[in-house]
Amino acid sequence: MSKQKAVKEPFIHITKKRNDMIWWKAWLIRGAAVLLALIVCAFIIVLLTGYNPIEVYKKMIEGSFATKRKVWALLQGIAMLLCISLAVTPAFKMKFWNLGAQGQVLVGALACAACMFYFKSTLPSGLLIVVMLFAAIVAGMVWALIPAFFKAHWNTNESLFTLMMNYIAIQLVSFAVASWVTSGSGVLGLLNADTNCGWLPAVFEQKYFINVATVALLTVIMYVYLKYTKHGYEIAVVGGSENTARYIGINVKSVILRTLAFSGAMCGLAGFLLVSGTHHTVTETLEGGMGFTAIMVSWLAKFNPIVMVLTSFLIVFLQRGSSEIATAFRLNESVADILTGVILFFIIGCEFFIRYEVHFRKKHKEGEE
Amino acid sequence: MATAAIELKNISKRFGSIQANKGVNLSVNKGEILSLLGENGSGKTTLMNMISGIYYPDEGQIFIDGEEVVIRSPKDAFRYNIGMIHQHFKLVDLFSAAENIVLGLKEEGKFDMKKVCARVAEISERYGFDIDPNKKIYEMSVSEKQTVEIIKVLYRGANILILDEPTAVLTPQETQKLFTILRRMRDDGKAIIIITHKLHEVLSLSDRVSVLRKGEFIGTVKTAETNESELTEMMVGKKVTLDIKRTDPVDPVDRLVVGSIDVINHDGVKVLDDVCFTARSGEILGIAGIAGSGQRELLECIAGLQKVQRGKVLYNNPQTGEEENLRDKTPLQIRQLGVRLSFVPEDRLGMGLVSDMDIIDNMMLRSYRKGATAFVERKDPKNLADTIIHDLEVVTPSATTPVRQLSGGNVQKVLVGREIAAAPTVLMVAYPVRGLDINSSYMIYNMLNEQKKKGVAVIFVGEDLDVLIELCDRILVIGSGKVAGIVEARDADKNEIGLLMTKSDSLQEGGAADE
Amino acid sequence: MNFLNTAATFVNAAIIQGIPLLYGATGEIITEKSGNLNLGIPGIMYVGGISGIIGAYLYEHSVETPAAFWCIVIPFFASLLGSALMALIYSFLTITLRANQNVTGLALTTFGIGVGNFFGGSLLSFFNESGSIAVITTGGYYKTKLPFADSLGLFGETFLSFGFLAYLAVIIAIVASWYLNHTRTGLNLRAVGENPATADAAGINVIRHKYLSTVIGGMIAGLGGLYFVMDYTCGAWTNNGFGDRGWLAIAIVIFALWRPRSAILSSFIFGGLYIICVYIPGLSSAAKELIKMLPYFVTIVVLVVTSLRKKREYQPPASLGLSYFREER
Repeated sequence: MSKQKAVKEPFIHITKKRNDMIWWKAWLIRGAAVLLALIVCAFIIVLLTGYNPIEVYKKMIEGSFATKRKVWALLQGIAMLLCISLAVTPAFKMKFWNLGAQGQVLVGALACAACMFYFKSTLPSGLLIVVMLFAAIVAGMVWALIPAFFKAHWNTNESLFTLMMNYIAIQLVSFAVASWVTSGSGVLGLLNADTNCGWLPAVFEQKYFINVATVALLTVIMYVYLKYTKHGYEIAVVGGSENTARYIGINVKSVILRTLAFSGAMCGLAGFLLVSGTHHTVTETLEGGMGFTAIMVSWLAKFNPIVMVLTSFLIVFLQRGSSEIATAFRLNESVADILTGVILFFIIGCEFFIRYEVHFRKKHKEGEE
Repeated sequence: MATAAIELKNISKRFGSIQANKGVNLSVNKGEILSLLGENGSGKTTLMNMISGIYYPDEGQIFIDGEEVVIRSPKDAFRYNIGMIHQHFKLVDLFSAAENIVLGLKEEGKFDMKKVCARVAEISERYGFDIDPNKKIYEMSVSEKQTVEIIKVLYRGANILILDEPTAVLTPQETQKLFTILRRMRDDGKAIIIITHKLHEVLSLSDRVSVLRKGEFIGTVKTAETNESELTEMMVGKKVTLDIKRTDPVDPVDRLVVGSIDVINHDGVKVLDDVCFTARSGEILGIAGIAGSGQRELLECIAGLQKVQRGKVLYNNPQTGEEENLRDKTPLQIRQLGVRLSFVPEDRLGMGLVSDMDIIDNMMLRSYRKGATAFVERKDPKNLADTIIHDLEVVTPSATTPVRQLSGGNVQKVLVGREIAAAPTVLMVAYPVRGLDINSSYMIYNMLNEQKKKGVAVIFVGEDLDVLIELCDRILVIGSGKVAGIVEARDADKNEIGLLMTKSDSLQEGGAADE
Repeated sequence: MNFLNTAATFVNAAIIQGIPLLYGATGEIITEKSGNLNLGIPGIMYVGGISGIIGAYLYEHSVETPAAFWCIVIPFFASLLGSALMALIYSFLTITLRANQNVTGLALTTFGIGVGNFFGGSLLSFFNESGSIAVITTGGYYKTKLPFADSLGLFGETFLSFGFLAYLAVIIAIVASWYLNHTRTGLNLRAVGENPATADAAGINVIRHKYLSTVIGGMIAGLGGLYFVMDYTCGAWTNNGFGDRGWLAIAIVIFALWRPRSAILSSFIFGGLYIICVYIPGLSSAAKELIKMLPYFVTIVVLVVTSLRKKREYQPPASLGLSYFREER
């Protein structure tokens, strides 16, 4: 009906939903948006620094690709962001706005660090790693299930709930760190630095190999899960229309709980990778804002895990590149956030031109649809 | 004769391929009540929406007090003192009556709720409304909400009032009260148009009656000079012969026995009241009734989607010969019992399908649980989608096109095709040809007939009486949630069914009336 | 007497902590009343702060002896301008381009914190100076107490020893409350947030209301950032110094059940909870961290209780988070 209604309304310009755009056209628009954003960023850089933006972008690329070490650091950054992005995706597909990835990652990391802290001398490293993994997954799961439970039963606003859970998690970490650290510094420092107990080992001499490989595997698993399993299908139905889900006999509540358990478990796993495979310690800033960035990565990729590789690459590349130029041109590191923000605005905004059509009123009177 | 308060000349409106209104002429004088009578889908609401500025007519003129006017938006309508009381109330639940009444108004002077309340009280007294201006909308009954809507337009100084099926949601007592108020407003010089399909109300309330049928203007008569049967004939028209091939049922068996069902909806309204009927195999049972008489709830309680307060739904399993009570079972439990029940709901995209999914994935809705693995299997659904697209001539770029991009008729073919492919023993369809062109409609009728020949018990909820009479074997007429009668379709009389549909006076539910 | 003094200091400190939160919460309430869940508020508050600093810095460095009047006015309007621009970005994306509110808000927060920290850290280097930025003269003017505060003893010290921005926060909250509940446009605004389709049908310009309330809300929130940098830290900027107060402000919106007047007391309570650990003697540093959890925990309890009780008045605006498109039904 909506289509027909607009036909003769004499507005100066009307915008309306359009049939799906051909995929390559949509991606062309998105690509154009990124390009446009980079141009705007170039202007910003010139304005701020007076440097030649080409030089600056060149530095950015160097920042990510110049050495093998930098490439691995880039891969590690992508892996972690991607992991969290994958984790939040099933919930989003169900239209459950989980803004609590930060908290879920942190409790996972905390559980993991706690295992390292308490079992450091009692368990062999291999076994300890298994225990850590398990603890992290359970912790993340529980953290996600609490808001999910209230959402499923009483429709409690999940975005606000999960947002608050983040800060409780942060304080929990601070609490744990404060109770574990007896020295005056207040910094936990590397756990088990002497024994490397509970540290993921380096493979092929690459410290981050296991992290990257795990996330690569998870990407495939998530892709398959969402696209080819019954669970994934149910998630799509519930996200598409709860009424239809009920009509074909899907128990919506249990799908919400199950999906959030999965989502939280993956966040917990990300926490595990951050502690066991990366930092070997826990701080309240461990996840570095990735919980929120992941939301954007997932959303920009239209919840497609494979495309998420691309979007998380874009963001990590920007962030690393920006911090590279920050050091090179003696700027502040936060320039990365500014550039990321600008690019996100463009990508967010360009969706409008994919989903809607803008008509300017012309001479011809009657629409021809 | 005095100039009419509002006059429409030769108004036409078409939506795509559907002619909603064609050459409509009508007029209302000051101090007069005009009834606009017609079946569902006859174009009454479209016509009134053109007066209130929601749609813009393709052709024709509108005159107010003898002068030609152009009404492009609801704001224009306000300016000409036209007030419309929609069937779906446009109120902010959280606000009080008075707050809703002044919402969006640009009055001079200080904003003072006390003054507003005083004016509301004044209007209430003048016409006999009974309302507490400080009561919140969400605490109100349907009739109170309607009162707020009426006061809202009066407060804005409306002289021409249009009420879209105002009694559909009221109890008989409330209806009487409303009529008293409307008469008082008439005596006060207002011009009133009331859209309805209840004949006795037309006769008791209005001065003149204009009748629409399938978008066309049939005529206007003085109420004093007409009677129920003349109006019914104007409304439903002469019997039209359709070319639907009806076969006789073969060995009908009682497949589904519905016994004394009561349903109370979440507004506390009894939408089904002691409904009993039997659906037999190899037979099409038609359900006729004014929209919103409880048809939706009836189908949903068979499908396990509606809570039932009383009664039973017995299914006779042809495989085992056992009888199962489907009451209080979830859709999944019903299927696990081996009951092969297919259901084409009224809300196709909101309930029957997922609009963002493609045709293949929508095919899977019924079958995705098949198989022991955790994975879904898309080969069969793909084949099914291709078959349906081919056999039912679904117009779509491909089987991987999201269904929201298909036209209404094609969406319906996809949905009906899927439900029939599940090889049902009971097939329930609600308004399956609504919004469809002639060819698609006949395709659906033929599919239903095929199912009937296969021994399926088909339940067909329809609105076109001609179709019901030519397609079905028996017709259950439902009025206000009660069974008004069951007639043999082969020797049914259209007027008789029309009268049965409109006769009852008890309460009605208006929730999802005609869209 | 000693206890009384401690209590007075605590109340005073709680209020000081509460003021930025109150600005943020009032701004967010006004925004949310139009149906926009602006999660960019934390970023806007950073920008509100840094814009004020930039304005002050430029002024302080362009004249020999900065005048009190301009020291107050220039940063004030610079701050309003900065946060208004931020809110405009959000409005344009979510209202005109109908982008997802959560995603846009989070991106805005990333951007805003980046802007704040970038200029906070690099502004001086543009002028070939080093060190961290501080506009002490301006800060001093912003901190000026009421002239009679000192003569009122403990009461004066506790409740009257703030700079003018503190009082302004309370006044704005009260005005906002009056505006929402007792004016015609306030009524229309609430209708937009509750049911935009109905508001539209009643002839209210939904788009304009959403824009105005989001931008004005953003400007109010930005003042919270200004208060923080000018009054609380005396004109000195530290990167990430503002911390997570923006999120706490969003928590207060829930805690205060979307009422600006309740937000006043709520902000002071949250401000108190934020620093109470300092005032409880004998706490271990670990226990302090646990106590800092309280504001968030309390917010969750409120959120859950209100959703359990289902009282309509206590719910978020019904269309919160949804973009409005007339032709979509």
